Amino acid sequence: MSKHDNQTAPAETRASGWVIFVFFLIGLVLSMLSGWIAFPNLLYSTKEQPIDFSHQVHKEQVGDCDSCHYFRDDGSFSGAPGLDECSGCHSYQMSDDPDEEKFVNEYVGEDKEVPWHIYAEQPHNVFFSHAAHVKGAGMQCSTCHGDIGESDSLREYQENRISGYSRDIWGNSMLRLGEAEHGRRHKMNDCAQCHLEETGSKGECFQCHK
Amino acid sequence: MKIDRRCFLSLVIGGAVGTTLTPVPWKLTDDIAIWSQNWPWTPVPEDGPSKYENTVCAMCQGGCGITVRKIKQRAVKIEGMSGHPVNKGSVCPMGISSLQYLYGPSRVKSPMKRTGKRGEGKWEKISWDDAIAEVSDKLKELRNQEEPHKVACTADSDRNTVGYLFDRFLAAYGSPNFIRTPSSEDANELALYLAQGRNATVGWDIENADFILSFGVPLMDSPDSAGRMFSAYSALDEKAELVQIEPRLSDTAAQSKRWIPAKPGTEGVLALGLAHVIVKDKLYDSDFVKNYSSGFEDSEDEDGNTRKGFKSLLEDYSPASVAETTGIDKAKIITLARDFAGAGRPLAICGRPIVQGSVDEALAIHALNALVGNINKKGGMVAIPEPDYLGWSEMQRDETASKGRQQPRIDGAGTDRFPNARHLLHRLPEEINSAGDKAPLQVLLVAGGNPLYTIPDTEAAKKAFDRIPFIVSFSPFMDETAEYADLILPNHHFLERYEDIPTPRGYAKPVTGLARPVVDPQHDTMHTGDAVISIAKNMDEFIREAFPWDDYRDFLEQTFSDRWKSLEKEVYSVRKDFTPADWEDAFDTPSKKYEFYPTSRQMPPDSERDRLPACRPLEIPGDGDSKELPLLFVPYVSVRIAEGAIANPPFMTKTVDDTVIKEGEVFVEINPETAKENDLSEGDSAVLKTSSAEARVRVHLFEGIMPGLVAMPAGLGHTAFSDYISGKGENAYSLLEAVSDPASGLNTGWGSRASLSRA
Repeated sequence: MSKHDNQTAPAETRASGWVIFVFFLIGLVLSMLSGWIAFPNLLYSTKEQPIDFSHQVHKEQVGDCDSCHYFRDDGSFSGAPGLDECSGCHSYQMSDDPDEEKFVNEYVGEDKEVPWHIYAEQPHNVFFSHAAHVKGAGMQCSTCHGDIGESDSLREYQENRISGYSRDIWGNSMLRLGEAEHGRRHKMNDCAQCHLEETGSKGECFQCHK
Repeated sequence: MKIDRRCFLSLVIGGAVGTTLTPVPWKLTDDIAIWSQNWPWTPVPEDGPSKYENTVCAMCQGGCGITVRKIKQRAVKIEGMSGHPVNKGSVCPMGISSLQYLYGPSRVKSPMKRTGKRGEGKWEKISWDDAIAEVSDKLKELRNQEEPHKVACTADSDRNTVGYLFDRFLAAYGSPNFIRTPSSEDANELALYLAQGRNATVGWDIENADFILSFGVPLMDSPDSAGRMFSAYSALDEKAELVQIEPRLSDTAAQSKRWIPAKPGTEGVLALGLAHVIVKDKLYDSDFVKNYSSGFEDSEDEDGNTRKGFKSLLEDYSPASVAETTGIDKAKIITLARDFAGAGRPLAICGRPIVQGSVDEALAIHALNALVGNINKKGGMVAIPEPDYLGWSEMQRDETASKGRQQPRIDGAGTDRFPNARHLLHRLPEEINSAGDKAPLQVLLVAGGNPLYTIPDTEAAKKAFDRIPFIVSFSPFMDETAEYADLILPNHHFLERYEDIPTPRGYAKPVTGLARPVVDPQHDTMHTGDAVISIAKNMDEFIREAFPWDDYRDFLEQTFSDRWKSLEKEVYSVRKDFTPADWEDAFDTPSKKYEFYPTSRQMPPDSERDRLPACRPLEIPGDGDSKELPLLFVPYVSVRIAEGAIANPPFMTKTVDDTVIKEGEVFVEINPETAKENDLSEGDSAVLKTSSAEARVRVHLFEGIMPGLVAMPAGLGHTAFSDYISGKGENAYSLLEAVSDPASGLNTGWGSRASLSRA
């Protein structure tokens, strides 16, 4: 029988406990750095909106939010206006703004819808009724969407590379702490939380997932 | 400092621990979950404003108005059209699910020519020009051989423009073989013609009746009538009574106030039993019977012989004997007869599902209405005239066409053997299989129905089809018959096409519906009307001249002329000037009266009976006492299972209980008593054997079915269409055998002898 077990190195050739602990710490620190700093930067890609739209200018010209974001006759919500609505005014260029020029030439002229990045876009398996919130509960647009209606320029859009939705849904803070920067966050738990506070119930699955 | 394997392990462990202290795992899990719900191939509904367009559903013959919700060019939902006279906003599951057929994988996407063996599923896409030429060449060849009568065509209706075009084509071409797909309309229209002398369809004014006596009519179980009945039944007066006579507790029976299970096949006998009580108790409308009917009392014919009247016929149907035949308590029969005759607006209705039905039975049930004088009355039985718009002028015919047209029909209808019958599709296999070496049918044009699925005894039908050298299907879907065809000329889906829809069966006012395109054709399909016109234009001069229209649309517009615009806008038109004729003018029989003794009825030469509707139980071939097949198999219809040519779309299959179909296996319903006798219990796997086929089924015990019967839904067991549809359950039609009623030839095979044993 041999003196040493074949599977275990002799004690003098092994790394000491301290060294092993240091390696543990290195692993810990590196992963935390990459998880907290590199990961969020990698997860989201920053995209510019195709046209830098000024809500402020339009609000002055056409009135409140519901001039463009209106309820249809059947109660459904129109969302972002399409080319048909925009070209009602912008069939030709009305100012010397370069973005308007781009819009008139590249979209109105080409009869092409603007591929807006929607900050509050929800997955298709979510049924959300604007009517219930705005008409039913009398909520303001800004409660959820923030002050976008007052903005002069569209902020950058951060797209989650995996899910394809806006960073606004989860919220800017990875830990989802503090107030959201733009209105409210839009994850399911955010809906449930608000419903619990306002109605006393988180609601049932089928209310949003038909 | 030594660095070894354990340092690296420690680094990894440190990394793992560190990672759990970051948002990475939680955020990734959440994002991946959302990513996995948004695969690029997951269908996503269009977003945008909704548009609503009205049209008429053509999934069955029900003629319901529907409203299609569209987003952009995509049809997303079908709803009942409010204000439509037939269905008044209701719609059945089949109508709702028809979008699955519009966009689903069962569509035939272009003209196809068979390249492999029949039914092998090997096809070659061809152009429309080639497809039309292929059919025309084949038809020309037959005409050149002076055999135009060896062409037959099946269509769903002879009362709409597409059916008319095919019939006109066959007339110009020289074939008598226009065969309408079978339904209960066959027995009803024949009975109406015999008793009232009118070429018309039967309308039942259910909406205004207060006592509805239904002899097994699947009012709320069949899409044909469900759309209308959902509205009509809920609007009926609380006091109105529906009595359902049926061996099984169907949805209609469950909704009725009185469910009376009668032995299947004895309904006609029961009708005469009720008439016996009504006549004996003098509860009939004596004014109608005396002044507007004939053949009630015994009389003398032209030769001085005594002719037995309806009243004498009824002597054989005393409550006691009828009770024995039908299995219904004698007292119940008497009460039912008295309640029926005593009601303000009683209405007796007939129309079996699955089969054409017996003319005697229909005559007997019509006679009940005549006895209580509710013919052409509010809440009564109304004769709905044929559409007035199909009046195109007669065409010129050449000699070949005239000769061919005079040949006896391939299905035997109108021949000496079955003189009164008009369409006998179920006899096709028998005629073809029993013919000698030369195939009696050279070309079959299938423009309606799905005969290889619905003709009783599918195996025999397949054998007959093997003997037809050239089969053309016009089906928009890859159904069983299309799969077995040589050439498919796919029609548009009804949401992509114009088509007039005649008055739905049983509806009591003449109403013309117009299906119109609400979406553009999704595939390279062609309207069947256009296909017929194109084929005709490729033929000889006489045939070409009989089809002077540019295309189907042109034909349709000219057909409706000044009514077209409003019809296209409203999608239906009700003939406002229509009021059922008064009794003085209602009947066009030789006696100009309602004929209890139908003098124009022609009996087969060897028949010994007279023309009175002497109902006997509708027999199913085989020995009822045999040990081999001691039970009776009865297919039933359900509003959640499309029973006919078009298979159940997946949406509908999802609504079916797991005591009807489970894991692809169909359940048969048997009474617990029958289960005990056959040593079966709930959920057992069993083999159902009938005289024509056998099927693997499972057993469901049900108190609502009469002992001795085995019930199974019709409409399952499709083998074609698509993977989402086929292979669910068994085809009830394949377990049946066609039974030609000796007096009329109509198919009365409502069931078959069967055994059920544990597998």
